Amino acid sequence: MSWEVVIGLEVHVQVNTKTKAFCGCSTAFGAEPNTQTCPVCLGMPGQLPVLNAEAVQKTILTGLAINATINLESRFDRKNYFYPDLPKGYQISQFAVPLVEKGYLDIPVGDGEKRIGITRIHMEEDAGKSMHEGLEGVSHIDLNRSGVPLMEIVSEPDMRSADEAIAYLKQLHQLIRFLDVSGGDMEKGQFRCDANVSVRRPGEPFGTRAELKNLNSFRFIKQAIEYEANRQIELIEDGGEVVQETRLFDSAKGESRSMRSKEEAHDYRYFPEPDLPPLRVSAEEVAAIRAGMPELPGQLRQRFEQEYGLSAYDADVLTQTRELAAWYEQLVAAHPKDPKRCANWMANELLGRLNDAGRDIADSPVNAQALAGLLDRIDDGTISGKIAKDVLDAMMESGDSADAVIEAKGLKQVSDTGAIDALIREVMETNPQQVEQYRNGRDKLFGFFVGQVMKATRGQANPAVVNQRLKILLQG
Amino acid sequence: MAYRSLTELADQLERGETTAVELAQQYLARIEAHNPTLNAFVHCDAEHVLAQAEASDAYRAKHGARAMEGLPIAVKDIFCTSDGPTQCCSNILKGYHAPYDAHVITRLKEAGAVLVGKTNMDEFAMGSSNETSAFGSCRNPWHTDCIPGGSSGGSAAAVAAALTPAALGTDTGGSIRQPASLCGITGLKPTYGRVSRRGIIAFASSLDQAGAMTRTVRDAALLTGTISGHDPADATSAADAPDVDWLAACETRDMQGLRIGRPKEYFIDGMDPGVRAAVDAALEQCKALGAEIVDISLPHTQYAVAAYYVIAPSEASANLSRYDGVRFGHRCEHPEDLLDMYTRSRDEGFGAEVKRRILTGAFALSSGYYDAYYLKAQQVRTLIRQDFQQAFEQVDVIATPTSPVPAFRIGEKTDDPLTMYLSDVFTIAVNLAGLPGLSQPCGMVDGLPAGLQWIAPAWQEGRLLAAAAAYEAATPWHQQTPADFTAGEQA
Repeated sequence: MSWEVVIGLEVHVQVNTKTKAFCGCSTAFGAEPNTQTCPVCLGMPGQLPVLNAEAVQKTILTGLAINATINLESRFDRKNYFYPDLPKGYQISQFAVPLVEKGYLDIPVGDGEKRIGITRIHMEEDAGKSMHEGLEGVSHIDLNRSGVPLMEIVSEPDMRSADEAIAYLKQLHQLIRFLDVSGGDMEKGQFRCDANVSVRRPGEPFGTRAELKNLNSFRFIKQAIEYEANRQIELIEDGGEVVQETRLFDSAKGESRSMRSKEEAHDYRYFPEPDLPPLRVSAEEVAAIRAGMPELPGQLRQRFEQEYGLSAYDADVLTQTRELAAWYEQLVAAHPKDPKRCANWMANELLGRLNDAGRDIADSPVNAQALAGLLDRIDDGTISGKIAKDVLDAMMESGDSADAVIEAKGLKQVSDTGAIDALIREVMETNPQQVEQYRNGRDKLFGFFVGQVMKATRGQANPAVVNQRLKILLQG
Repeated sequence: MAYRSLTELADQLERGETTAVELAQQYLARIEAHNPTLNAFVHCDAEHVLAQAEASDAYRAKHGARAMEGLPIAVKDIFCTSDGPTQCCSNILKGYHAPYDAHVITRLKEAGAVLVGKTNMDEFAMGSSNETSAFGSCRNPWHTDCIPGGSSGGSAAAVAAALTPAALGTDTGGSIRQPASLCGITGLKPTYGRVSRRGIIAFASSLDQAGAMTRTVRDAALLTGTISGHDPADATSAADAPDVDWLAACETRDMQGLRIGRPKEYFIDGMDPGVRAAVDAALEQCKALGAEIVDISLPHTQYAVAAYYVIAPSEASANLSRYDGVRFGHRCEHPEDLLDMYTRSRDEGFGAEVKRRILTGAFALSSGYYDAYYLKAQQVRTLIRQDFQQAFEQVDVIATPTSPVPAFRIGEKTDDPLTMYLSDVFTIAVNLAGLPGLSQPCGMVDGLPAGLQWIAPAWQEGRLLAAAAAYEAATPWHQQTPADFTAGEQA
């Protein structure tokens, strides 16, 4: 009898505001420890939080993008627990009434789509970081991250495989970057995931779940969920019982271990945060945020397919990020003749080279105008598509324009029939036997002559012209 | 001389009859003479006080006087000040120096006041007698075997014995009004949100409010007017509070047409007969001044103390979590591990009453008990607020005793926290409803002061001041001074 895996995900997304959730400190990553702190985010006596309006707006924007309800009145609560990197001894969060509730994301599953419910998005503040490595008998604390705004995005237990979980996470990850509400950099902890995993026989009620923590890459998330599902299935099949607990995934060993049981679980003693009045937003503010909503990935994909005639694959590649899509549209604007060729060159040639160089589209040495310039030279026959690839290599290297590269390297295509005829005659004179054989019916030798001519011009001869002239001259 | 009001001192300064330095010297001398007996101040740096006074005199000479130019003000040890220690009278903050001034301290400095030092208080403002202070009990100038009230006992005693002409306190459940009453001075707790809480060490955030402790009603108005106003860095400080014409309100001399509510729940069996007689007489006086006394009911009053002792400790249990030995304050010696550091640092640093309230609060908020305690208490709070709203449909202000008893003896109630908690039975409801309240002296009971409490609708401090000023002008009680601390002084 088969097993069904049930997965719900909690994703912590750092909101990319300039300043922290409740004070004016910078949120920039990577500064010297404890240099981006103030009495508020250090939890000094008597200090009070003041809510960052930008964090609220970005959370609302995210809520609207997942088709959720925006609560016009929500509330902050205190989540109480002791930890050295939690300066106040409580985290300001939203418990009873979150800002965003009841949304969903449609994720690609096989050839179709599946709707994953999103229970809520609430606002909260990040804690600092504890550092133990390389320290003897002491720990160090960096509170630069203390108070950085987070959105906690909680899904329904709607996913049925690790692959679905990954598809959901990738969709969500793409969305938050599209909305420019988060950098989404997983290595910097800007997108962190906890997974609730249980197993059951199909049709039965949900099984007891385990919560997996510390999942900081898509690969580990998949591994961890699969490991956990198998662990639970084996446990049950061996006559055991799954206990509710929090488990820590060890990515090095590829396995998880129990962190704390239900009995040891924290009682967070939530209660309304008395330092902050209820968060009220007006329907007008929400409408204004909705009006400023950028085109979402799905809408863009569809438009690219319809407007530019792109394949589903190209449309998908070029809408992975907002920057890519914008770059593509700049390219089309500069080279409106052939949007499909633009897509091919951008998706296959440019992105391939950037990928090899480990660079992002934002710091591509070739901008959209420059690439359009290259495509123009193919169109007007100055160079062949094959040469164009070499030209692009040179452009990537030097940052020069296509024209400058073509000029400097003398790559200009030879289309002049007089010059090509002379070359063809030269080739015919040096290969009289082949000419003889061709004229006797060995048609296959045509390719040999093309190759010889192209070689003689180091590929610069216009292949169409070469073909046309060869046919005429070989007939004699 | 010392027993002059801020208003009188300001006039003398203005007329050039004295200087800020002279005033500072006089009060410093009194602190030196009497603080060993009273223990009202826990920190006073004479040199720093004189330096401020000199700067004030220089400012006056160059630019003229600001609202509180050269006037000495003491502040409770709960206000963060960038100079000197801020310890909340707790061992866990022993030696703590705040890196910033509380908003109200900034306001006082900008108004030219001279800060004379930090006054004694119950540890973290948790107490009604000043006996929970880690720095020893403060004593009542009217009878030094008695408590001054709490938690702002040091501020009350310091003003009553004229170690300072005025002081700031904070009031979470009566901590300004009750000690003001027990020490025979005036104390004003403003409407919640009138005064910024930034830089005031939090006890119960939804209830805490700073206010003035003074010799006269007008002084309370002057000081409150100086420290109040919107602070964008405190999200609970009101941005659109109706303004009060603080000093003009104090010009009122009669009560013509004033409807005073007399809630039956505040005149109960078990209250001291002397206090009751004093308050009854005060209401007769109000009638003589033209007021109408209306019998009213605040039916949920009896639940106020219980609700308060759930809500305040709940908030406190979270507010005091930051004292964990990690970043500042007391840390135990040689902790074995993190848990040991937390438990021993907090065990050593907090006193018994603070621990009792943290435990009470943590219990009330814990899973499975939240609905029965915290949520229920919040519902009671709503009912109490509604009681007042309904009452204020019939009357303009409410008058009650401030404390059911005069000052009691040091040690008399320390073993019985529940009896101690009843000291605030008449003041707590005002905090739960977020209303302004004022206590002023209204008589003497066996040599100890009794207090009259005025309560007004939210933002109507002007009504409190008008009623209290009229009463004060018609009665001698605010002019009485404690004999032991008046020798050589012209009262």
